[in-house]
Amino acid sequence: MELTELIIWLLPLPPLLAFFLIVLFANRSNRASWMIGVGAAGLSFLGSMFVFFRALGADHFGEHPFTSQLAWLPLNGEAFKIGVLIDPLSAITLFFVAITVLMIFIYSVGYHNWGQPKGDHDQKGLPPHGATVEEHGHKHVVPSIEPMFARFFAFIGLFAFGMYTLVVSDNLLTLFVGWEIMGLCSYLLIGFWYGKPTARAAMIKAFMTTRVGDVFMLLGIALLYYFTGTLSFREILFNENVLHALSTHDSGVLGLSVAGLAGILLFIGTVGKSAQFPLHVWLPDAMEGPTPVSAMIHAATMVSAGVYMVIRMFPLLAAGMNHGHPTTPMVVLAVIGSITALFAATIALAQNDVKRVLAYSTISQLGFMVAALGIGAYVAAAFHLVTHAFFKALLFLGSGSVIHGMEHGVLHTGNHKVDPQDMFNMGGLKDKMPRTFWTFLIGGFALSGFPLLTAGFWSKDEILADAWAHNQAVFWVLAIAAFLTAFYTMRQITLTFLGKPRTKVAEHAHETSLWMTGPLMVLAVFAVGFGWLGIPEHFPGLGGLLPNWVHDFLAHGLPEWLYAEVPEFSWVPLITSLVVALGGLAAGYYVYRDVPSAEEDPAKKVLGPVHTLLENKYYFDELYDFLFVRPAKWFSEKFVFEGMDRKVIDGILHAVAQVSYWLGGIFRNYFDLPVVNKFIGDTLGAAVPQWFGAQIRKIQTGVVQTYMILAMVVAFGSLFIIMLTIR
Amino acid sequence: MIPLSWYLILAALLFGIGLFGVLARKNVIAILLSIELMLNAVNINLLAFWRYLTPEDIAGQIFTAMVFVVAAAEVAVGLALVISVWRRRTISSADELDLLKW
Repeated sequence: MELTELIIWLLPLPPLLAFFLIVLFANRSNRASWMIGVGAAGLSFLGSMFVFFRALGADHFGEHPFTSQLAWLPLNGEAFKIGVLIDPLSAITLFFVAITVLMIFIYSVGYHNWGQPKGDHDQKGLPPHGATVEEHGHKHVVPSIEPMFARFFAFIGLFAFGMYTLVVSDNLLTLFVGWEIMGLCSYLLIGFWYGKPTARAAMIKAFMTTRVGDVFMLLGIALLYYFTGTLSFREILFNENVLHALSTHDSGVLGLSVAGLAGILLFIGTVGKSAQFPLHVWLPDAMEGPTPVSAMIHAATMVSAGVYMVIRMFPLLAAGMNHGHPTTPMVVLAVIGSITALFAATIALAQNDVKRVLAYSTISQLGFMVAALGIGAYVAAAFHLVTHAFFKALLFLGSGSVIHGMEHGVLHTGNHKVDPQDMFNMGGLKDKMPRTFWTFLIGGFALSGFPLLTAGFWSKDEILADAWAHNQAVFWVLAIAAFLTAFYTMRQITLTFLGKPRTKVAEHAHETSLWMTGPLMVLAVFAVGFGWLGIPEHFPGLGGLLPNWVHDFLAHGLPEWLYAEVPEFSWVPLITSLVVALGGLAAGYYVYRDVPSAEEDPAKKVLGPVHTLLENKYYFDELYDFLFVRPAKWFSEKFVFEGMDRKVIDGILHAVAQVSYWLGGIFRNYFDLPVVNKFIGDTLGAAVPQWFGAQIRKIQTGVVQTYMILAMVVAFGSLFIIMLTIR
Repeated sequence: MIPLSWYLILAALLFGIGLFGVLARKNVIAILLSIELMLNAVNINLLAFWRYLTPEDIAGQIFTAMVFVVAAAEVAVGLALVISVWRRRTISSADELDLLKW
């Protein structure tokens, strides 16, 4: 095994070790905890960069990726192998995962108020409430350190382990292991402040919703294993014979081929994980977690993992495609992706919570990627995945910085009624928090696809160009979604940073520490610069100045028969993407430049009842509550509890009791009284059993452990006797 | 290669620790944890014997996986009982649960 492969094997380990070290030894020390956590993320980062740059230097990397296998589970003579694989797609994923994870770890140190005093009355399971300090003779309240500081770093360490495992896996099984580890960690982290009932509800909702997808995904994995006998990506996806066999074999379900059925089942896993319609409901609620968690889940890791998996499985999804005619799974992807992109964007228009807007925009952008994959734009989808991870991590961390600044204002004014996450309580933060403002602006412009400069423009433009060439219906849906994206992003920026402060709290907001703004600045560089690596050759004026590295690198990660041609340059998508980005931004600024309160939101007046519909997220939560939650509760209460438990099981037990009671009566009346009492009498005959009973009943202490000891003594005693006799 | 007896000694130690915990700890949750320890000691034995005696057959692994599943179910029931007792009587100590005594 060469050095590179060895390092790939070791990549996931530091965060896992950090988890165990913190949980077992360092949980009392906040300083040791963050140092171990950040150190581990740093080690994995260095390893990932080493692997990434080795991948850049390798010849014919697409045909000869870094890979190595171990025999893991012996099965009937043949071993099930697990291994690692770094090919162009996983190399580029590793690149953005390593950077964003490290930045999120560093940011978390500041976000959880490292270096601040302990809170006056902070409790575990609740966000810190601030500490009173005396300075220059007068008291004032400052943010206090998170009461469960060490626990947070342990959890995100485990989370990072899950993501690295998923990225370096060369087979669906270990990918699924990493996937589930992340599911568990997202549950633990969303409910990090478990003292809040909303956080508890959100954690359960997230876990249950993603579970629906995961079950189908597991079915898909089992189906693939059943038909191919392997789960390795190279052996399934890069073997034309296998793919051909899969795509021609009828699965017997809805007339789909095996490849089609497996592809759709796996995609349902993505629908859950990446919060696509109709399993999107958990992601906005996941905002209950601390903000670094939101960035971790919604940008760098978990939701990216879902899209990464479908991009990875693209050859399977496209198996059986002839002459650009899309397969059934691709049609499903295109439809679900486009619906999600548009529908989440419309909800984002009517949200007032700064993090919820970003949550819906994430859902919408993931829809863009899924739709792109559905029309066969493999490279564009992967490109957007990378740029989106950078700018969305930046935006989430930026929004955390804003909330932190607002909380500072809340503590300063002592007015705890003001929600520090409501954008209508903000305004004018540009001057109070300049570093946060400029980085957030960059992130927001990248999300809206601000032309030429930002990474988001290049990746979104590529998706639109591909959509124009392959499927115009998808193109128009995505174009409208892109316009809405630009609009609500500018709405958010305007409400938060521009204009005048709307509350006293906003007036006293304060720039956050370098722990938090530092990662923002690093991510801002990537949110701008990464797009320049993927400028199409035919782009007027700029094309060809820089090599289209993203395309060259990624396209070779596909098997040869899938090499997509770059669509011919067309002015329509380019002008559309310019118009929607700039138009949306301008409209967002113009409409929201001077809005005093949430009641006077202009969208409310224009849209009327539609706005209420959007504000309530199309009533999906209520619908699911009606369709699934209430029937489940009814079933468990009426059927399981009252029917099965009370009537059937307790009924049997009660019947047994009745029968024994009745039998006892018979014995007493027809044997005990007439026979025993008559012949033995109740003088001596009763005294002897009574004495024995009094002695023996002392061992009936009712304490389960006494019984255990007795059982043990008897067991060992009989064992001893048996062994003696066998001799 | 590590001799089989080392695994068996490790398993015996774990089992002993678990047994001690079950018998000596007062807290019901600690008792549940100790039961898990004993189950895992058994798992180590199963896996060690499988690996050293019949490696061509995967029954040992399958059996261990079954033990995991059963253990998970057992903990779910056990914890539910603990919570239910706590709600009714605010007790989490095993020697106070003595309603069945003489």
